[in-house]
Amino acid sequence: MAIPYFPGCTLSTKASGYDRSGRAVAQALGLEFQELPDWQCCGATFPLSTDNAMTLIAPTRLLRQAQEAGGQMTTLCAICFHVLRRTQNFLQEHTDVLERINWFTEEPYLGQVRVTHFLELLRDQLTWETLRANVSQPLKGLRVAPYYGCLLLRPPAEIQLDDPDDPHILHECLEALGCEVITFPYQSECCGSYLAVSKPTVPQQLAQDILASAQHHGAQALVTACPLCQYNLDYPQQSVRGWAIKPLPVLYFTQLMAVALGLPEQVWGMEGHSVDPRPLFEPYRATVA
Amino acid sequence: MIERALVVGAGIAGIQAALDIANSGYEVILVEREPSIGGHMAQLSETFPTLDCSQCILTPRTVETGKHENIRLYTYSEIDSIQQDENGDFTVRIRRKPAYVDWDICTGCGVCQEKCPFKVESLFERGVGTRKVIYTLSPQAVPNKPVIDAENCRYLQSKWDIEAGRVPAVDAKGNPAKPKCGACEKFCPTGAIQWDQTDTFFEEKVGAVILATGYDLFPQSRLPEYGGGKIPDVIDGLAFERLLAASGPTAGKILRPSDGKPPLEVVFVQCSGSRDPERGVPYCSKICCMYTAKQAILYKHRLPQGQAYVFYIDVRAGGKGYEEFVNRAMEEDGVIYLRGKVSKLFREGDKVIVKGVDTLSNRTVEIAADLVVLATAVIPRATNPQVAALFGVPCDENGFYCAANEELDPVLSIAPRVFMAGTALGPKDIPETVAQASGAAAKVLSLFQKQRHAQSQAQGVLEAVGD
Repeated sequence: MAIPYFPGCTLSTKASGYDRSGRAVAQALGLEFQELPDWQCCGATFPLSTDNAMTLIAPTRLLRQAQEAGGQMTTLCAICFHVLRRTQNFLQEHTDVLERINWFTEEPYLGQVRVTHFLELLRDQLTWETLRANVSQPLKGLRVAPYYGCLLLRPPAEIQLDDPDDPHILHECLEALGCEVITFPYQSECCGSYLAVSKPTVPQQLAQDILASAQHHGAQALVTACPLCQYNLDYPQQSVRGWAIKPLPVLYFTQLMAVALGLPEQVWGMEGHSVDPRPLFEPYRATVA
Repeated sequence: MIERALVVGAGIAGIQAALDIANSGYEVILVEREPSIGGHMAQLSETFPTLDCSQCILTPRTVETGKHENIRLYTYSEIDSIQQDENGDFTVRIRRKPAYVDWDICTGCGVCQEKCPFKVESLFERGVGTRKVIYTLSPQAVPNKPVIDAENCRYLQSKWDIEAGRVPAVDAKGNPAKPKCGACEKFCPTGAIQWDQTDTFFEEKVGAVILATGYDLFPQSRLPEYGGGKIPDVIDGLAFERLLAASGPTAGKILRPSDGKPPLEVVFVQCSGSRDPERGVPYCSKICCMYTAKQAILYKHRLPQGQAYVFYIDVRAGGKGYEEFVNRAMEEDGVIYLRGKVSKLFREGDKVIVKGVDTLSNRTVEIAADLVVLATAVIPRATNPQVAALFGVPCDENGFYCAANEELDPVLSIAPRVFMAGTALGPKDIPETVAQASGAAAKVLSLFQKQRHAQSQAQGVLEAVGD
């Protein structure tokens, strides 16, 4: 099944491992990612000012590209997903704004595209049972803590992916891969987001709290669906002096899927991590026949 | 018009209204759902701002109500149906639930409660204490007669299993199967246990009605950010009242539910569900600022070495002596007040981590607490809409009864001869509740009195004509 796919900026650069592993596991599961043609940045934040249509042009243009590609699109990046789904909701409610944008872009968007996150696609279309059936290297005994962050789940009334106070979607995915899944209290706390740019000490403190709690609950790795969370939790572990936390790998769920589905190491995309997660997967490496 | 009143609900509002009417020489039918009267006030330890013992000031009134010659008390009962005739009088059908105890024979000696081998969580103790399966709500219960909680009773359940054929009718030795346990019946000195009791119905005729059905607390399950009721050391205000109460499960010692240790860091969270239009209720619950200050003061009196923190949006202490009372908590008893909301509670080890903000110092605050007390919102009883429909009274958007005119007729409903009082109309404290109850009673009495006056005048005319 071919699925229009929007990688977004971060997955083309810093989080290329997320992109590579994501495309590979999709293919392995019979879901062909078709990259949207001629895409640009999604806007990176959903604008909170409601009177300015200008800030919605970028995501609307992407929705139009998806419209041309068949009416749906999937993303891996939690932020792109958040921005696009909320833009879609907003335009459906505010047809006057959509009309103004269409006048400006001269490429009419009809307002009907369905935006999904890859996790949602796995849960609702592929199903966890099918995923489980495709696992050749079950990650038995690997203790992982899902880390949801904010934007994948909130605001729940608009995102409608999962309950932000008691989320399950990453848990279910990781359980299907055979992992021992650990719930810890910071699983849907904020990672500090873009303060990494302007006030890096804030996300550094938050990262220490999050990592310490996950370690305290016995996690060997954190698993996320957001490249900014991954960066904020992983990068300072190597770069910040006086870091008081033991190293803890921070992975994308697609990377664990790639290992569990028995895909070759080239598509795991784990080279760029500050804390190298690869030693964790030694026991689960697919033996080449 | 029949000069007899029905009062629905025997909390402090219903009790006060019933006593006022009864003491004026008219009969009152008082109906209470629970096995005994007193309502939420019977659960409280002390009252604000005087720190009177709640049970001590309530008991004289419950006792007076229980033995008043003009009050007919139906406890463990509910209104089944009501009909109003062309004169405006009501015929009320009252359903008394089976207590499985003949209250006319029972002397209230309490042996059955001693001997009953099964304990269950007590709703009266708000989950921080237990009760036996045959129980009264408290040792001071009026009437002091027990009821059997059929759902948890071994005898009744096994008896019904045998009767319904869910278990073999004969045991392994070929003897007919018998219900198990029956300890209360064995030890009851007067033979008051009656296993075959069913619903009993009573009919009463009344000329006026007062609805005083009270309130509930916002359930913790609807506060997932505060643990959703799953963290044992996060309790609500009424549960903390039970820990403070001398007649409570800990005999007044403050011991936290998880491990029974005295909590040395206690965090009180005001507006848990109140003033939260997004996820809770939009209104202010009015009593929480005061009872939280009271609980923090009482905590400091019992455990002076402990520390109490209160998170608040703002302190609403409108009332005689109220502001002074809150200041006393801050200044004399050293309770730390932090202006801000708590965003999240979770368990880490044996502590409850409280993540909040202090908006006065503009900093986030994290406290590793031993116990957290949520001042959960006052909400209407879930049964309010049914009761309201029964009596033809409208409910507002939050589920509280609507007065005919909220400013000038606060106890009058739009249904003729139906009056209301207390927290069923909206959140309020004890003095205000009692004042409203007396107000509603006065409305009923003026109806009755007007008729008597008219009758006596007519009598005078007749006598004059007769001359």
